[in-house]
Amino acid sequence: MSNDAPVKKKRKFELDPRLAAYKGVWVFIEHERGQVHPVSWELLGEGRKLADMLGVELAGVVLAAPGDDGQRFCHDAFAYGADLCYLMESPTLQDYRNDPFTRGMTELVNTYQPEVLLLGATTQGRDLAGSVATTLLTGLTADCTSLTIDMDNRSLAATRPTFGGSLLCTIVTLNYRPQMATVRPRVMAMPERQKGRGGRIIEHPLAMAEESIITKVLDYIPDDSRDKPQLPFADIIVSGGKGLAKQENFQLVWELARVLSAEVGASRPVVQAGWAELDRQVGQSGRTVRPKLYIAAGISGAIQHRVGMEGADCVIAINNDPNAPIFDFAHYGIVGDALQILPALTEAFRQKLATTRRAG
Amino acid sequence: MHSVVCIKQVPDSAQIRVHPVTNTIMRQGVPAIINPYDLFALEEALRLKDKHGGRVTVITMGPPQAEAALRKALSYGADEIILVTDKAFAGADTLATSFALASAIRKIHESHPVTLVFTGKQTIDGDTAQVGPGIAKRMELQLLTYVSRINELDETSGTITVERRAEGGVQLLKTALPCLVTMLEGTNEMRRGSLPDQLRAARHELTRWDRVAAGIEDVTKIGLKGSPTVVNKVFTPSPRAEKAEMVTVDSGRAADLAVELIARLGQRFPVVEAELARRAG
Ligand SMILES: Cc1cc2nc3c(=O)[nH]c(=O)nc-3n(C[C@H](O)[C@H](O)[C@H](O)COP(=O)(O)OP(=O)(O)OC[C@H]3O[C@@H](n4cnc5c(N)ncnc54)[C@H](O)[C@@H]3O)c2cc1C
Ligand SMILES: Cc1cc2nc3c(=O)[nH]c(=O)nc-3n(C[C@H](O)[C@H](O)[C@H](O)COP(=O)(O)OP(=O)(O)OC[C@H]3O[C@@H](n4cnc5c(N)ncnc54)[C@H](O)[C@@H]3O)c2cc1C
Repeated sequence: MSNDAPVKKKRKFELDPRLAAYKGVWVFIEHERGQVHPVSWELLGEGRKLADMLGVELAGVVLAAPGDDGQRFCHDAFAYGADLCYLMESPTLQDYRNDPFTRGMTELVNTYQPEVLLLGATTQGRDLAGSVATTLLTGLTADCTSLTIDMDNRSLAATRPTFGGSLLCTIVTLNYRPQMATVRPRVMAMPERQKGRGGRIIEHPLAMAEESIITKVLDYIPDDSRDKPQLPFADIIVSGGKGLAKQENFQLVWELARVLSAEVGASRPVVQAGWAELDRQVGQSGRTVRPKLYIAAGISGAIQHRVGMEGADCVIAINNDPNAPIFDFAHYGIVGDALQILPALTEAFRQKLATTRRAG
Repeated sequence: MHSVVCIKQVPDSAQIRVHPVTNTIMRQGVPAIINPYDLFALEEALRLKDKHGGRVTVITMGPPQAEAALRKALSYGADEIILVTDKAFAGADTLATSFALASAIRKIHESHPVTLVFTGKQTIDGDTAQVGPGIAKRMELQLLTYVSRINELDETSGTITVERRAEGGVQLLKTALPCLVTMLEGTNEMRRGSLPDQLRAARHELTRWDRVAAGIEDVTKIGLKGSPTVVNKVFTPSPRAEKAEMVTVDSGRAADLAVELIARLGQRFPVVEAELARRAG
């Protein structure tokens, strides 16, 4: 039913005066085990633009336990563009848990009234965003690929891909505040870190006793990240699609990747066929990547793949169909059989690197 | 032990094709299936029933055709199915959807107290992952998202211990029942329904609830009226200003193409050239 939600005509409207008091753009600064998730900095970069369009301040929101380095996170947030930070410290905020974080965030929103609240679409950000939006009874747009302000009515216009087609839709939250949105890691560019940039810290307590919190964290087992593919931060990625026809042929992708010290990516059908692990899937339901170089072999370039990799600086596409959609957004196209082109590229890059090495 | 599993009927994405010329989605004749992520939730509920006894109720909010998804759930071994359907629900975003579902689950709870509410991680169509947290908050249940394993469930003490996927690791969480679990994919494998269950699925009486039966009085909280988000515009993404620079060579030999490509790449993309130099060095 809801998938055919009627598209409303754009119209001028008056914001409820109670809601007009909501001012400022906020970004939730997510951290785990002493480290801020980079998506928070990416969101500050995007939030900066929105705040400037609206002529308001950009704030980071840090919820942390007293020993957690909350102050340092605030200063990092200033370096990435925040004007101020709300810092809420409480022993109950040790480790992420839904209840104290939802309670803390809702209290901050109700007290300081931001008009926009952005969170990362991570396991933590999505858990929190859905809970906060429901508690505040406001709108939440998921996994946005671009954000802007509709200057007609100062509302947040959040764009995300629609199901199954090559379409995007823009969603607004008119008469509700704050307007909330989540964005996946790597979708927005990482802003430049400005050394020495300062800001104000507003501390706000959380009156919540540990005894009143029902869910307890018994343990935390960190992932062994050494043997996991690190696609989102790879600088070069070689990806293979269903056009490679057979699992054995996928080896050609690995060989080129090895020469380039690149990560290996894949389209969804390749992952579904079991030729590559789930962690390697690039796209809407996989990882979003922003490499300097993305080589796509035998990938058609469906929108769900495109949204995961169009942040790449340079895209090389190899496809035997000259009309493949990937050529609409690649920088270089080679029309040909990937089974021949991949080994040729592997050899040519090997020689190129060897020459550079000798020259350097 | 009584689990309520929320499922959504969605178009089978594997069958969806994009029109090669107009680049739009071809929906005609695409079969509807149970949202694949929800099967992990349903299987987990069935496993708890195998172990602890009790019942599994499956609920969906959707158009009348969603009955098929519910019957499928019965064939896997669910005990009861409830279709929450009313024109007034049309156009619901996640806030309105979670309101309607929470209300219906409260209604179920009145006749058969609920121990656990299950949802999938997300759907493959709306794809927001917001309905699970929404229901939990509406019902004031403890929320356990991205659960990869239920380690222990003790009905006597009313506690549950689970493994939850966090960004950089796994959290081991303990909480009190009743609570809401959103199940991570790949955590179990859906069973094949038994023959008796498949036969029962065809005959079983469907419970159909409209707005009133689902216990909803306030129509401003459901459907389009209860939805803060509004779809403003649907559009096709614009192609990059310039199309791809096509690399061809007269010889047509792959080796020559590759060399040509690398030569051009270095000139136009200094960032890539620098990255290659870094690797060579
Ligand atoms: C909700 C949803 C989420 C999705 N999420 C993702 C996602 O995260 N990531 C993703 O990738 N997809 C995703 N998809 C699937 C997506 O719509 C496409 O189906 C998929 O990206 C196609 O993969 P492909 O290009 O490898 O295969 P195909 O579409 O089969 O294309 C194969 C291509 O290879 C070319 N080819 C064939 N033979 C050769 C050869 N010898 N040499 C060179 N080229 C050749 C063909 O011309 C064709 O263009 C999603 C779909 C839905 C509905
Ligand atoms: C292209 C598109 C974009 C959308 N974007 C947004 C958006 O950004 N924000 C927003 O608020 N709404 C959005 N909607 C509306 C949203 O899809 C509907 O509210 C929908 O009813 C539920 O959301 P979901 O499919 O994202 O479910 P999710 O929140 O992803 O589903 C999580 C789980 O909840 C359960 N569940 C979900 N729906 C039902 C149901 N009807 N019956 C029973 N159980 C269910 C399932 O167990 C499912 O696994 C969008 C819809 C479309 C088509």
